[in-house]
Amino acid sequence: MPHINLPHEFPGIRSLFMYRPETAAPLNSLVQTLLHNPHPSLSAGERELIATYVSGLNTCKYCTSIHGAIAQHQLGNNAAIVKQVLADPESAPISNKLKALLKIAASVQAGGKNVTIADVEFAREQGATDIDIHDTVLIAAAFCMYNRYVDGLATWQPDNDELYDKMGEQRAREGYLTAPFKINRTEELQNL
Amino acid sequence: MAHIKLQNEELPGIVGLLDYRPETAKPLLDLAETLLRGPSSLTSGEREIIAASVSYWNQCHFCHTSHAAAAVAHLKSGINLIDDIKAGLPDTPVSTKLRALLHIAHQVQGNGKNVTEDDVAAARAEGATDNEIHDTVLIAAAFCMYNRYVDGLGTWAPGPNEAYVEMGERMAHVGYVRY
Repeated sequence: MPHINLPHEFPGIRSLFMYRPETAAPLNSLVQTLLHNPHPSLSAGERELIATYVSGLNTCKYCTSIHGAIAQHQLGNNAAIVKQVLADPESAPISNKLKALLKIAASVQAGGKNVTIADVEFAREQGATDIDIHDTVLIAAAFCMYNRYVDGLATWQPDNDELYDKMGEQRAREGYLTAPFKINRTEELQNL
Repeated sequence: MAHIKLQNEELPGIVGLLDYRPETAKPLLDLAETLLRGPSSLTSGEREIIAASVSYWNQCHFCHTSHAAAAVAHLKSGINLIDDIKAGLPDTPVSTKLRALLHIAHQVQGNGKNVTEDDVAAARAEGATDNEIHDTVLIAAAFCMYNRYVDGLGTWAPGPNEAYVEMGERMAHVGYVRY
């Protein structure tokens, strides 16, 4: 049960966005800018993989599942690539640049000071630009916030892959700023 | 020197990063403004103490010292508050409610799942409301972002506490949107 009284038809961060619209606006605008809006050199799918990977490192079930589902839909419905990145980015079928950026993201997750000049140099050798490095650090940092927010208030995090797939398909298509659909909790519990 | 080439390398900490990427600066500043200066039953001084404490636990010198300086400006406490935050506020008269909320913030700093029902019940017993618990968790979580952003890109920060006094005044009284 959540630590505070949240609307129960919405899971994870969506219940918190409904609870406090004043903070939802900048939080949603930040994720839209970082992950969905056009980017000069990282695809939406690549950025979603960074968000998914960091959420996995922070063991946030809701964020890992929903951003994994969005990444899957952004990457031509490729579920295998998401699983491989979560298990071991080095052996995943992704570019060397993205592998180097995921290494920086993992350093940020553990603490900003862990990012070394050598990590950054290596990413540049693989073709990463300043904006790629900036956005990777900020995506990783932002998910250290979203993950703590979602887990720190003990939000409802459904155990239902189909539901995440449906929500992920919506977000991949529409971005983050449209209204979420309500979930019938009674039906949801019966389906388990 | 920062890990990336900033437009203005004289700007310290997050300020140089906000200048570098205005598209992300806007929501980052709006969030800080709402969390730290927006309407709340917690005073801005109390909220800046939470922000500065989390930043200290994350070892982010720029965020700790600047937000502690903002708390100094709100509370007119004197500059010793900056170091007192590092020590867990032994010399600052703060409410038992704020101490219980700081404990929740410390749990969030480790990982969101560290917050227990007992932690929340202890804060409620000191009078904390749902909104105050919500905002404490989100302030703590948000500073786990700001701190990593500032340190992860290797920005520079002034050393001594005194160098942050004027910045703290501006953060407290001008705010984050028109910094």
